[in-house]
Amino acid sequence: MYDGGKIIVGLIIGIGLLLSPFFYNAGKALKPPKPELTPKAKQAKVCVESLEYMRSNHMHLLDKWRQTVVRKGERYYKSTNGKTYYKSLQVTCLDCHSNKSKFCDQCHNYIGMKPFCWDCHLVPKEKK
Amino acid sequence: MGISRRKFLKVTGLSALIAASGKAGFELLRPGQVEASSVPLAKGKRWAMAIDMRKVTPEMIQECKKACHYYHNVPEFGNPKVEIKWIWAEQYEHAFPDEHHEYQPIDIIEKEFPLLCNHCSNPPCCRVCPTGATWQREDGVVMMDWHRCIGCRFCMAGCPYGSRSFNWGDPRKAPKELNPNFPTNPDFPTRTLGVVEKCTFCEERLAKGQLPVCVETANKIEKGSFIFGDLADPDSNVRKALRKHFSIRRKTELGTHPNIYYIIA
Repeated sequence: MYDGGKIIVGLIIGIGLLLSPFFYNAGKALKPPKPELTPKAKQAKVCVESLEYMRSNHMHLLDKWRQTVVRKGERYYKSTNGKTYYKSLQVTCLDCHSNKSKFCDQCHNYIGMKPFCWDCHLVPKEKK
Repeated sequence: MGISRRKFLKVTGLSALIAASGKAGFELLRPGQVEASSVPLAKGKRWAMAIDMRKVTPEMIQECKKACHYYHNVPEFGNPKVEIKWIWAEQYEHAFPDEHHEYQPIDIIEKEFPLLCNHCSNPPCCRVCPTGATWQREDGVVMMDWHRCIGCRFCMAGCPYGSRSFNWGDPRKAPKELNPNFPTNPDFPTRTLGVVEKCTFCEERLAKGQLPVCVETANKIEKGSFIFGDLADPDSNVRKALRKHFSIRRKTELGTHPNIYYIIA
């Protein structure tokens, strides 16, 4: 092998650089964020569905809402808790969860998720 | 052995041909019916608007435009090339190029007409949309799903009325001095870069039993100037107005069956 030493040293440096983030972050797992509730959301106690369902399925629920509202004109959601809700991200969801940065963004950022809801849907102004 | 390979291919090929020609034939004979019947919105209505041009003034049109664009977060770019319009004013000869001749009454020729999406009964925009982002609901509203629009602008080429506008820029980056409080209605979304938009007959208000914004605004200024109602109902105010007065529609020779009527006399 010509220039074997140089190649091996180069490889070691290269692989070292590639793996450096793992060494840098070793042993310190980033804590998953806890979404914060607004006083209004706390008072309501329940969301449109149970906490467990919303935690794992809120994206599917929102997708279903947008399909049925826009394409079928069905604007009300009958929840399993018996209540009826107006299907709207902007008007219903964000009415309680008016703290998007503390409620939505924290987790989405943590898992590197960039939903494009906010390209069009308006976010209420947050008090700082 | 039940069936040979050759026979199987013959049968499947033939049945595929029959199925394909069946739909195409149906399309040729009754255009738009195949798509329309697949939308389950069983209301059995046909929304339409009659605009009494004897009562409409240029100021009224501007007020309607202002109210509509305020309600639907339509930005003003200050440049007609990238303009977004849901309702706008146009002169008679441009709105009705085939009806126009130079010997008509001067007050008609010089009049400004309020134009908006005609919510055609045979909408060419819906036939050309490749993603199904625009379609006709069973109540006649030519609806848009901005989530699905890919911005190909076929619908803009298909629409003979110029009712559709393209977002050449991000509406939220529209000049601040022209849009001081944009977005103006916090309960309605904005659109985004690369999406086509147009009048939706205020379908979100119709769902709540409210009249479209332009109708409400115009009737506040002069009662009975914009008449909104159900064409399928012979006793509706629209049908009554159309029975009583002579009305015209835009570019009917194209076969789009527009549902905005302009009462002339």
